[in-house]
Amino acid sequence: MKNLDSVFAAYLIAWGVFFAYYLTVARRTSSLREDIERLRNLLNRSK
Amino acid sequence: MKKHALASAVVLLLLGAAAYGALYVAPTERTMGTIQRIFYIHVPSAWTGLTAFFICFVANLFYVFRRQPYWDWLAVSAAEVGLAFTTVVLITGPVWAHPVWGIWWTWDARLTSTFVLWLLYVSYLLLRTLVEEPDRRALFSALFGIFAFIDVPLVFGSIRWWRTQHPQPVIMGGAGSGLEPTMRWVLLFSWLAMLSLMALLLRARYDVEAMRGELDSLQRDAEAA
Repeated sequence: MKNLDSVFAAYLIAWGVFFAYYLTVARRTSSLREDIERLRNLLNRSK
Repeated sequence: MKKHALASAVVLLLLGAAAYGALYVAPTERTMGTIQRIFYIHVPSAWTGLTAFFICFVANLFYVFRRQPYWDWLAVSAAEVGLAFTTVVLITGPVWAHPVWGIWWTWDARLTSTFVLWLLYVSYLLLRTLVEEPDRRALFSALFGIFAFIDVPLVFGSIRWWRTQHPQPVIMGGAGSGLEPTMRWVLLFSWLAMLSLMALLLRARYDVEAMRGELDSLQRDAEAA
């Protein structure tokens, strides 16, 4: 099975890129959720 | 949350099945051997990236004519997701090319137009960071996004219109093109898996934009209070 390592490397890199991208989106989501929650609490307290 | 976890599990299952099909079900190609199996991740990623850029283009057109913010949210989400898929194309291509061509990269029409496409959508995302006012940012980036899409038909046609080092198309390539039936099924299934991944990423990324919109409106309320 010549070049099998290159095939596995290609698949691992591809999945790595997608996973890393998904992590950045998840991080942005949780950070925005915290900001929204904080602002909502601030607005509720000022009412 | 439960729905999202279920969707993620389905996508993972499809990706796993696609990888199994590519590595164990598809027959070994006669001239290239095992290295040809990269084709089952490279080509579906390319098609999915172009699909995402098409969604971005349509959303940009809708924004220009309707000026509703959710079209801008969809456009930027699709551009970013398309960029992730095109990045995979630009990495897996050279991994295949090195043992087959003996070089990692050459400036032929397909490779160059794909790299230009990647640069155009990086510029689209950078442009958005330069304009503060949300409506102006959305309009400028929509107009730039419509312009950037011009490169998509060039990428598609490059291996049909010009002689390139890149292999000729195996689907919609005219007379003499085509794939062995098992290879074709594995390719189409891999594309389906990639499309499901695109839908999952697009949904998650769109939620980020929607939350940003909500945060902006809360900030305006806080300033007014």
